[in-house]
Amino acid sequence: MKPIFKPGASVIVSNREVDGHKRTPTYIRGKSGVIERFCGSFRNPESLAYGGDGLPRQPLYRVRFLQSHVWPEYQGSFTDTVDIEIYQHWLEPVS
Amino acid sequence: MSHDHHHGPTIDPERLAYYQRMATAVRELLIEKGILTDAQIVATIKKMEARGPALGARVVAHAWVDPNYKTRLLLDGSAGVEELGIPVDGTRLIVVENTEEVHNLVVCTLCSCYPRNILGLPPDWYKKAAYRARAVKEPRAVLAEFGTVLSDSVTIRVHDSTADMRYLVLPARPAGTEGWAEDKLAALVNRDSMIGVQAAKEPEQ
Repeated sequence: MKPIFKPGASVIVSNREVDGHKRTPTYIRGKSGVIERFCGSFRNPESLAYGGDGLPRQPLYRVRFLQSHVWPEYQGSFTDTVDIEIYQHWLEPVS
Repeated sequence: MSHDHHHGPTIDPERLAYYQRMATAVRELLIEKGILTDAQIVATIKKMEARGPALGARVVAHAWVDPNYKTRLLLDGSAGVEELGIPVDGTRLIVVENTEEVHNLVVCTLCSCYPRNILGLPPDWYKKAAYRARAVKEPRAVLAEFGTVLSDSVTIRVHDSTADMRYLVLPARPAGTEGWAEDKLAALVNRDSMIGVQAAKEPEQ
């Protein structure tokens, strides 16, 4: 898999329900953020967890979200953020 | 607490005893089948126990006295740490810097990912569901419970360590430490300041 997102790009986290092991926390699904950096490509933990080879490798990004967007009741500065590592197959471009 | 987010399992003592027995059984099987030797297991435990926050403190103190090193460390945490002769064994380390404007806090909401090669074993509270759920959702309240009260003019960046990266916070250098030697500075850097729940210690008056 080739990385398709550049730092600064707006993305939305897929809201799909998946059974089994995954590294996309539930609280961030359906939320939009901005690519902070590309971290490299890694074997897919959703396959590795069940003895698979994890291939093809998935590009991994750090995505930055505004806390006030993630938690509507958030108490704190409007500029506070949460950065989360998310694999490319969980991200969709924001048009 | 709402239940729209992931919780880790709370393991009761009976189940814990079950998992401990299972771990022992797996260990014995691995030795019996010749996959691992007892000596290899003991050596690995020793190696893990030899790692501790003193390694991270060395890195922080060096970054405080050498601005060029700090720049390299923030660009590539793993390479920066290895530059000081500390092996990271493949860990992808990201170092984030606390400043007057930004305060960083590290958590792993899914499990308990932690930069063990630099900080050793994580504290128990880091692995507990309460910290993992709350650090990401109400970081200011959690920080206040650690005695770290930040004004709204400071941006808080929480880092949820969900995948292949590990995080080390570079705390701000305390005032009144100008001209200090690195080992004296390193003594001000404790584990909690490198997770981001506290600042580095202030020099004693």
